[in-house]
Amino acid sequence: MTRRAAYEARQKRRANMIAGVSTAVVLALVVLLVPLAPGWEAVRSSFFNGEVFVRVFPDLLRAFVLDVAIFAWSVPLIFALGLAIALARGNTNPALFPLRIFGAVYVDLFRGIPVVLLVYLVGFGIPGLGLPRPWNSPYIWGTVALVLTYSAYVAEVLRSGIESIHASQRNAAICLGLSERDTMRYVILPQAIRRVVPANMNMLVALQKDVALLSFIGPVEILRQAGIFKSLLANFTPYVAAAVIFLCITVPATRYADYLMNRDRDARS
Amino acid sequence: MPDPRLSLRGVTKSFGEVQVLRGIDMDIAAGEMVCLIGASGSGKSTLLRCMNGLEPVDDGAVLLDGVDIAEPGFDLGPIRQRIGIVFQSFNLFPHMTAYENVALAPRRVLGEDARARIEALFARFGLADHMAKYPDQLSGGQQQRVAVIRALAMRPQTMLLDEITSALDPELVGEVLDVLRQLRDDGMTMVLATHEMAFAREVADRVVFMDQGVVAEEGVPERIFSSPEQARTRQFLASVLR
Repeated sequence: MTRRAAYEARQKRRANMIAGVSTAVVLALVVLLVPLAPGWEAVRSSFFNGEVFVRVFPDLLRAFVLDVAIFAWSVPLIFALGLAIALARGNTNPALFPLRIFGAVYVDLFRGIPVVLLVYLVGFGIPGLGLPRPWNSPYIWGTVALVLTYSAYVAEVLRSGIESIHASQRNAAICLGLSERDTMRYVILPQAIRRVVPANMNMLVALQKDVALLSFIGPVEILRQAGIFKSLLANFTPYVAAAVIFLCITVPATRYADYLMNRDRDARS
Repeated sequence: MPDPRLSLRGVTKSFGEVQVLRGIDMDIAAGEMVCLIGASGSGKSTLLRCMNGLEPVDDGAVLLDGVDIAEPGFDLGPIRQRIGIVFQSFNLFPHMTAYENVALAPRRVLGEDARARIEALFARFGLADHMAKYPDQLSGGQQQRVAVIRALAMRPQTMLLDEITSALDPELVGEVLDVLRQLRDDGMTMVLATHEMAFAREVADRVVFMDQGVVAEEGVPERIFSSPEQARTRQFLASVLR
């Protein structure tokens, strides 16, 4: 081992030891001090009740399948609409100016309204028009609310991606005789979409969580199922179990998005 | 001169307050190789970009086979198939392989699956083994040769080359210049902005020295390089040839 390597190994051992000790101290304090709080026994039995947890977990997992399904059919709609809005905002054809205005208004509008508010407005408002079955389904209108909000965000992400592609790429394509349309489709968009994958991954994580908002308008997905158990068992543990299930999906997805983002940054530096 | 392939008449171009081209007149015959020399900022690149309409000219005419393509509103799509351009920074599409870079425009614009023709071009310029590689897997010289092939695949009658060796490491310049020698032997009409004075002297039919947006002096390379008439030409050559 070189002198340098020996020194660095020593430094690293030291750093690891300090980190280990400080983590152990914090954990010990939490474990020792929190139970000393006067309400701890009550909180433990109503939030961290092992028996309730085991009993509700399989049903919550089944309900979560509905969250995943809503997520799965929303995603293609969000990206299709987001791409259409991004392209509408980017076009420079004077005849299509109304489309451009529409895109700008759309983005301002649906990025500016809280998701939960839009879920209420669309989810209760539109079926309130007295639509016949199945067009009064909260699944449909809840999905619409999510798609409206998230496509507005995705449109902006895609637009920033399109604008980040250097003009020399467009020039090269145009000079080969490619039409504006082919230039966008074959040269600009493939690069732009690749560049914004990490940002869109974060968007998907947020969407998976926001699916739970549909519980307010009817579908018995995981949050509503947890609420039902809470009333039934007079215990809050089902909410904790639901949170655990969400984390099982969102933590790996977030880590993966971070990984993509770092890789992207490394590739460009 | 017989009817020129490309003629410029009183071409002017400004970027904001800066007048980059101040009235350029030039004729380029079919099969001729013209080298534009001059200091950075003298207007060489802008002039090339005006020749294929990438930069719209402010005033004056650009006649391609007698048709004024600088007419505002003129449909440049078909023109650009006839004039190939290669840039200093290659501008290959990074998400496509070398082959896909070349094949895209023939397929979409000419509606032609030009596989055999494109493979022949790769082979001719020594890149047969690199067709499936992405630009970032190629050296600068290889990338620039792919860019030349990409332009040639559209079967242009004229090639515009904008300082295409300036971004290359010195040891890679030769392979790209060899490509140009081959094109010259084919009789390709070429306009080349370059800092490679020895190359210009060797291959050009005519050398055009540009200074501050005007053609300061032009003529056969022998005369321009050995007995320039203008003081500013002498000054420029003295500074670059040293």
